[in-house]
Amino acid sequence: MEENNNILGNLAENEYKYGFVSSIEQELAPKGLNEDIIRFISAKKNEPGFLLEWRLRAFHHWQKMKEPNWAKVKYPPIDYQDIHYYAAPKNFNKYKSLDEVDPEILKTYEKLGIPLEEQKRLAGVAVDAVLDSVSVATTFKEKLEELGIIFCPISEAVHTHPELVEKYLGSVVPYTDNYFAALNSAVFSDGSFVYVPKGVRCPMELSTYFRINASSTGQFERTLIIADEGSYVSYLEGCTAPMRDENQLHAAVVELIAHKNAEIKYSTVQNWYPGDKEGKGGIYNFVTKRGLCEGENSKISWTQVETGSAITWKYPSCVLKGDNSVGEFYSVALTNNFQQADTGTKMIHLGKNTKSRIVSKGISAGRSDNSYRGLVKISKKADGARNFSQCDSLLLGDKCGAHTFPYIEVANQTAIVEHEATTSKISEDIIFYLNQRGISTEDAVALIVHGYAKEVLNNLPMEFAVEAKKLLSVSLEGSVG
Amino acid sequence: MALLSIKNLKAKINDTEILHGIDLEINPGETHAIMGPNGSGKSTLASVLAGKPGYEVTEGEVLFNGKNLFEMQPEVRAREGMFLAFQYPVEIPGVSNTNLIKSAVNEIRKYRNLEPLDAFDFISMIKEKAAMVEIEQSFLNRSVNEGFSGGEKKRNEVFQMAMLDPVLAVLDETDSGLDIDALRIVANGVNKLRRQDNSFLVITHYQRLLNYIVPDYVHVLYKGRIVKSGGKELALELEEKGYDWIKD
Repeated sequence: MEENNNILGNLAENEYKYGFVSSIEQELAPKGLNEDIIRFISAKKNEPGFLLEWRLRAFHHWQKMKEPNWAKVKYPPIDYQDIHYYAAPKNFNKYKSLDEVDPEILKTYEKLGIPLEEQKRLAGVAVDAVLDSVSVATTFKEKLEELGIIFCPISEAVHTHPELVEKYLGSVVPYTDNYFAALNSAVFSDGSFVYVPKGVRCPMELSTYFRINASSTGQFERTLIIADEGSYVSYLEGCTAPMRDENQLHAAVVELIAHKNAEIKYSTVQNWYPGDKEGKGGIYNFVTKRGLCEGENSKISWTQVETGSAITWKYPSCVLKGDNSVGEFYSVALTNNFQQADTGTKMIHLGKNTKSRIVSKGISAGRSDNSYRGLVKISKKADGARNFSQCDSLLLGDKCGAHTFPYIEVANQTAIVEHEATTSKISEDIIFYLNQRGISTEDAVALIVHGYAKEVLNNLPMEFAVEAKKLLSVSLEGSVG
Repeated sequence: MALLSIKNLKAKINDTEILHGIDLEINPGETHAIMGPNGSGKSTLASVLAGKPGYEVTEGEVLFNGKNLFEMQPEVRAREGMFLAFQYPVEIPGVSNTNLIKSAVNEIRKYRNLEPLDAFDFISMIKEKAAMVEIEQSFLNRSVNEGFSGGEKKRNEVFQMAMLDPVLAVLDETDSGLDIDALRIVANGVNKLRRQDNSFLVITHYQRLLNYIVPDYVHVLYKGRIVKSGGKELALELEEKGYDWIKD
């Protein structure tokens, strides 16, 4: 497989020397980023003109931008010209049933503990599996269509619902927003598109499992979820990636729009390859996630369990524009070995009586560095706005770091903003106490971590919570004693 | 066969030898008290028996249930039926008492090839044992020892002991920091657990506790050695004459 990829990679590079056009037939775009590559991606997907124009504007803007350096993370400079910006699985086909899917792919899912087969059997979970930028399996689609719910790869929505894509794409996270959002806008490969029509309550959890497959392929997912007036949708995103030697860039953008009385619940379990025990390799996860509570009484809730990636740079945020709208952020971020995470949220209160709640639980082990960075902003017009923030840190061992950077900006006298923070340590004494009660060190750590993260895990859908709990334990294996 | 057999036990911490050769045999059904002035090595003995990290056994042998104690991890010693009631029970934020005790009970059952306790049996067991040490039900949903008073922590230790039903319970200065009412509750709890087939090693500085938990044997530990052994009357003699009497 590895060798295969190298051959593919070399092939693509060789082809590039002899001219660009023929490489369109390849599964892998040549390395590097320029206008031609963007045109290539757009052409590959047969995109309408407005999207190509938008991509190019984003690219030109990106060229003028500088990579941000304010986060508390360290990594060697990224050579953006040394990355493939498009990859598709070989012999790409749409499958009607799982029997037709490559057994190798199914095996990988099984290893991750999330077999598609089981997913299909699991009542009410529709799966849109994204494997290296292109969707290879879409299920339950017809059932959703009956309700008028659109759930498809965004590359498909571009063709089937261009008016929705044109209206909403970049409306919450414009390409000017930040360096990685601009990059994503220029080169995004695929992702999910969800539209829930007025008054419809989506009866099942919509779920996407992302996975990086090809070597040194940047992943640039783009997800867009629109909940129209009075609708409800719960979306699950799970990421895992297999062992990999090279650093891989992942710069996704997720945009959520909740109209009047609508609610969006977005849950993530992120388990990208974190690098090895010496800190070699691992995914760079630079993600922009933002939800807009556009209408009054709307609600957006982010829940994330972050255990993977060498570097995480991620602040799922809520813009509370509609009066009485509600934003929530529940997070467990676990770092081990040499992982670095700088993650948190932004709650921007614009409307009256808007409420936000932040519950952040950081867990640091090994020699990792874990930072919470959060902004609560109450604008002038946001009368009666309320925020409650709880930021807790848990340390395992004495070589790791936990940091909290809360930013609070209040421009309205009627606002009530509360911030609570704790730091605790899993000491040798606690482990010994639990050992003395017959509990092994590994189980002791799991017991403590599950207890600590309970408030966040309880917000995940049932089957996801079980998986997330497993993930927390696995991620901490060997971190104590 | 002795339940616990300690022969010439020497142990050190940070290169300082604390125990200079301890010999002690405890048979099923017996309660032994170890008394001694501060710094004599009482808590070190408890820690070494339970397998607390940081202590190094340099010489000697300890057999527990006929097995070499030092070949067992701390959790295995616990599963074999050794229980340490801590002098300073730790606080564990986020882990409820119920959750801890459920994990512990089931781990020990697993070791003995028993099925996990079903929810109904578990709850009725909890109710019974909690009542024994006068613990409120609401107390069990709180995080382990978090914000507990000194007396509550010690009662919690005895509650856990009752739940885990050890063959050998080591009580490390369980009386320290207790007022007379709390002491009585804790001692009554322990006494209810005493049977013909289990044993207790009660470590204390004061004779007071031994008025309630009456030992079969009393040993005086001084400078890392057992310098005197006798019946329960030895405790009274110590109370009267003080430890200086031993030192001479």
